[in-house]
Amino acid sequence: MIESFVESLNFGSKFIIPLLLVGIPMYALSVRKVKVYEVFVEGAKDGFSIAVRIIPYLVAILVAVGMFRASGALDLLLNFLSPVLVFIGFPPENLPLALMRPLSGSGSLGLLTDLVNQHGADSLTAKIGATMFGSSETTFYVLAVYFGSVSISRSRHALIAGLTADAVGALSAVYFCKLLLT
Amino acid sequence: MLNYIWFGMMAISVVAGIFTGKIDAVTEAAINMSRLAVEISIGLIGIMALWLGIMKIAEASGLIKIIARGLRPITIRLFPDVPEDHPAIGSIVLNMAANMLGLGNAATPLGLKAMAELQELNPQKDTATNAMVMFLAINTSSVQLIVPATVVALMGVAVSQIFITTILATLCSTITAIFMVRMLQKMKRFSVENAS
Repeated sequence: MIESFVESLNFGSKFIIPLLLVGIPMYALSVRKVKVYEVFVEGAKDGFSIAVRIIPYLVAILVAVGMFRASGALDLLLNFLSPVLVFIGFPPENLPLALMRPLSGSGSLGLLTDLVNQHGADSLTAKIGATMFGSSETTFYVLAVYFGSVSISRSRHALIAGLTADAVGALSAVYFCKLLLT
Repeated sequence: MLNYIWFGMMAISVVAGIFTGKIDAVTEAAINMSRLAVEISIGLIGIMALWLGIMKIAEASGLIKIIARGLRPITIRLFPDVPEDHPAIGSIVLNMAANMLGLGNAATPLGLKAMAELQELNPQKDTATNAMVMFLAINTSSVQLIVPATVVALMGVAVSQIFITTILATLCSTITAIFMVRMLQKMKRFSVENAS
């Protein structure tokens, strides 16, 4: 039953964007007589300036993240953290993914692919990994893009709150997978 | 905060790179990532223009106001500083809806529109407001209800099993994010005056 529900959800989500692209102008045109073409172009103008404004913030964050990944510092952090996390029952195979997730979307997808290839999609390890991947976001990237778009450089408690939420998300992914899938 | 973390990440990388003998890779990563950052930003232009255009139509037709009003009981608790009829609420709600449905392409432009509208209410333009931090934290904790398409492709039939675990884990992280923001915004070291 869950299979068919998930399937229909994923199937349904394919139609949402086309429906929005047609539905919104249709409502505007028929109900409110909005000049849809003119208004669209007016709104679309901001696309360029916002995208360009993000550049310096994204360069700063992605360079730091890229250096961190390439230097092997992540592996050192892994060695440092794994005794503690294994002690509380965190599976060591899932730790690299948990640390990578807030840093890099493509990096964590690569790690998840590795997990699935090595352990099989039916393994608990892969399921925990997939749950982790699906239940959190690339925090550093989101921070750079969202604050960058309005030229905000003082982010206050945003990073701490985001990273804490990521940690809780990873831990609860482990907990719920162990609870429900074993 | 970000000053220390940003510098710390680079400093640790250089030291670790020297120790692990990967210093060449560190240099290469710095150069490649700066190029990637520009490519990502430029790549956003088209999709940003598309959704900002559609959003302008939704706004002009009054749709955004209708949606914002409907969800006001929830948003007033999360964003008490944002006036009831402010367009930011509509964009925030739509961004969250797009996130929940896994429409990443639509979520980012909607989120950036929300940020621009929240910025109008911000007296100190280089410092994040409480509403912005709350919005960001909810976004980074991911409120996705549909398993991402990439994960579906990777996991095959096993994906149906992680459907519920993903929702539960997302719920926990989002609640944590909201709780943390609420708690930290009262602390002196994170106040607007002392912001970093």
